[in-house]
Amino acid sequence: MADVKMHILVCGGTGCISAQSDKIAENLRRCLKDQGLEEEVKVLLSGCFGFCEQGPIVKIAPDNTFYVKVTPEDAEEIVAEHIVKGRKVDRLLFVDPETAEHVADSKHMEFYKKQMRIALRNCGFIDPENLAEYVARDGYMALGQILETLSPQDVIDVMKASGLRGRGGGGFPTGLKWEFASKYQDDQKYVICNADEGDPGAFMDRSILEGDPHSVVEAMAICGYAIGADKGMVYIRAEYPLAVKRLRKAIEDAREAGLLGRNVLGSDFSFDIEIRYGAGAFVCGEETGLIRSMEGERGEPTSKPPFPAEKGFWGKPSNVNNVETLANVPVIFLKGADWFASIGTEKSKGTKVFALAGKVNNVGLVEVPMGTTLREVIFDIGGGIRGGKKFKAVQTGGPSGGCLTEKHLDTPIDFDNLVAAGSMMGSGGMIVMDEDNCMVSVAKFYLDFTVEESCGKCTPCRVGNKRMYELLEKITDGRGTEADLKLLKDLALVIKDTSLCGLGQTAPNPVLSTLDNFWDEYEAHVKEKRCPSGACKSLVSYYVVADQCKGCTLCARACPAEAISGKVKEPHVIDQEKCVKCGACMTACKFGAIIKK
Amino acid sequence: MTTCCKTDSRYEELAAFIEGLPDRRGELITVLHKAQGLFGYLPREIQEFVAEKMDLPLAKVYGVVKFYSFFHMTPKGRFPISVCMGTACYVRGAEDVVDELAKQLKIKVGGVTEDGKFSLDTLRCVGACGLAPVVIVGEKVYGRVTPAEVAAILAEYAEA
Repeated sequence: MADVKMHILVCGGTGCISAQSDKIAENLRRCLKDQGLEEEVKVLLSGCFGFCEQGPIVKIAPDNTFYVKVTPEDAEEIVAEHIVKGRKVDRLLFVDPETAEHVADSKHMEFYKKQMRIALRNCGFIDPENLAEYVARDGYMALGQILETLSPQDVIDVMKASGLRGRGGGGFPTGLKWEFASKYQDDQKYVICNADEGDPGAFMDRSILEGDPHSVVEAMAICGYAIGADKGMVYIRAEYPLAVKRLRKAIEDAREAGLLGRNVLGSDFSFDIEIRYGAGAFVCGEETGLIRSMEGERGEPTSKPPFPAEKGFWGKPSNVNNVETLANVPVIFLKGADWFASIGTEKSKGTKVFALAGKVNNVGLVEVPMGTTLREVIFDIGGGIRGGKKFKAVQTGGPSGGCLTEKHLDTPIDFDNLVAAGSMMGSGGMIVMDEDNCMVSVAKFYLDFTVEESCGKCTPCRVGNKRMYELLEKITDGRGTEADLKLLKDLALVIKDTSLCGLGQTAPNPVLSTLDNFWDEYEAHVKEKRCPSGACKSLVSYYVVADQCKGCTLCARACPAEAISGKVKEPHVIDQEKCVKCGACMTACKFGAIIKK
Repeated sequence: MTTCCKTDSRYEELAAFIEGLPDRRGELITVLHKAQGLFGYLPREIQEFVAEKMDLPLAKVYGVVKFYSFFHMTPKGRFPISVCMGTACYVRGAEDVVDELAKQLKIKVGGVTEDGKFSLDTLRCVGACGLAPVVIVGEKVYGRVTPAEVAAILAEYAEA
C-alpha cells in the first residue's frame, strides 16, 4: 500500500454540511480515484473550522492551503490543479477584504490571528471518527498519566489551581464543583455532561462534539476518577444527529480500546458512559431540570440545596459539567495548571469560545483568551459590520443575557465584567446588531423565547414573563404609554428576585439591559409612536418622494396589495389604508424614491 | 381518530422495544423518541399504549409529551418546513421569511396545508448561523433565504 502523502480535510460541521460539504468530499474521492490517487491522498470529513461565513471549507495538508466557499463542482479542479499539478486554485482562496490579496494559509487571516484554540484545539485538524488521530494529538495521555501518578485529590487540586470556571453560563469554579461531588459518599455516583445546548445562536458544544468527541469522553473519565464515579451520562439534544452519531462512535471506540469500561488502561478504575436524549426544552440546561429530564420526567428544576453534588441523578451524588468546560480538562493536565492559569484575566482563566453571528462580516466560531475586548472580537476577528452599516449593539449570554453598546466595546470580556456591564457570559452566544435592528423588538424576541420555554412551575416566571411580553407587544404595536415603561421595569425586577431557577431569574435581563442602554428608543415608541430603526411594522409608513419618482411603475407592479397608484412617467402615491407595509416597493424602486418613516 | 390500528406491526415493534429495556425506570423519554420515530407523531392512542406498557398513568405520559417541543401530537406535512428562529437568523430577517411562507401556504406556524403536503414550524437554532436565515424542508437546508425566494423553494416541491 502506498503511503498517504496528502490529506484533504473537508469541513464536516453542520453549517458546511448544510451547504453540501459531504457532496464535496464525495466528489473529491471520486476525482482522486479517477486519477489513481486514492491511496496517496485521503479525504476526511473533519470537525468545524469555525470560519462558517466562508464555508464550505476545504483544507489541504501538509501545505495548509485553505479553500473557501467551495462547491461540489470545484472538486475536479482542486484535484486536477492542486493535487496533480501542485498549483493552488487561486479563485477558491480567501480574499482579504482590506488588502484584496489572496490568502492561502489560515494563520495569516485576521479571523484566526487573535484566536487561541484550547477547547477547539482539534476541531478541523483531525478526523473526529478516528480514535488514532485523537491519540496522535496526545489524546488520552492525560487520563493515562493521571491513573498512573495522581490521586483523586491531586486531580481536584490541579483543577482548582487552573482556575477553570464552568462554560455553560454560571461560571462556577469547576475544581470546587468536583471537590463537592467527591465529598459525598454513596454506592453509586455520576458524572453528567450537559450537552443540551439550548441557547439560540450558540453552537460551540455541538461543534466540539462533532469535531473532537474524544476530548469530552476523556474529560468525563478524568472527572469520574476524581470524584469517585464509575458511570457517566451525556444528556444531548436529539436535534443534533451528527453530534450524537460521532459521540456514540467515540464511546464505542474508546470502550474497545480499553479506555472505557472495566479497569481503564489496566488500572483499578472503571468507567463507562451512556447517552440520554433531550427533547427540546431550554430549561433542561439548568442542572436540576436536566437531571429530572434524564429520569424521564418533565424537566422542571428543583430548589437548591440540595445540590446535585449531594442528591443528583436518582438521588445519587452527581457532577454536571458542560461540553466546553470538559473539553478544556485534558489540556490542563497535559500543559499544567500554571500554564492554563497564565491565560486570561485575574478571575477568569483560559479561553472562551463564542458563536459570533448576526450582522457581522465573519460569522463563525471563535475562541479567544478571556480578557479580549468586544471590539477585538467584533471588528478584528469578526471583520466589522456587514454592508458598511453602523454597529448598534451586541447581545451576549442568549436569552439570559443583555445587550451591550458602543460604550462597552473596550470592556475586556470575562465572567465578572460582563455581569457588571448588565449582561453575562452565558454559553457564549454573541449576536451583533446594526442600526436596522429595533432593540424593543429584540427584547420582545427574547421574551417570546422565555415565555415559550418557561416550565410553568413558579408563578413569577410563568405569569410575569407573559405579562412583560404583552407589554412589549403593546409598545411595538404603537399602543404603549409611558406608564407601561415603568411597569415593565418593575415587573422585570420582581421576576428577577422571585423566580425559582436561573431561567426565570435571568429572563428579564434582555428587557432591563435594553431599557438601560436604549431608553430613547423605548421613549420614541411610546411618546412619538415611532420606531427609529424602522423595524416595527405598525409604526412605519412608506412614502413616495415625488421629486425622485420617475413614474416607472415598478413599485406599483411589485405591490402585493395594489396600494400604489399613478400614471406612467408621473409620481406615484401609496394608499396608506391599503398598504401592508411589506417593503416590496422599496426593494423594487431603482431610484431610491421610496422611504419609510 | 387516527387510521392506525393496534394490529399495526409498529405497535409490536414499540412493545418489543419497551420489553427489551433493561430497566424501564426513567426511560419514558427514550420510549417516546422511539414511538415518534415509528409513527411520526404521538396521538392519544399511542400515548395510551405507552402508558399501559410502561405501567404509568396516562396523565404522566401526556405531561411529558406536552412539556418537550420535540414531541408533537398532530402529524406533520409530507414536507415539513422549519424556519430557524435562533437569534442569528432572527436578526437577519427570519421573521419576514416565516410570514411569507405562512402567506403563500395559507397556514399559520404550527399548521399543515389542507392537502397534507406542507407543515410550517419554527425551531431554535440549527447552528448553521453562517447561512442565516435558514429554512429546512424535510432534510434539505436552504441558506440565506429572502422572502423573495420563498416561491421558488416551494415550487421545487410542486411535482411531488
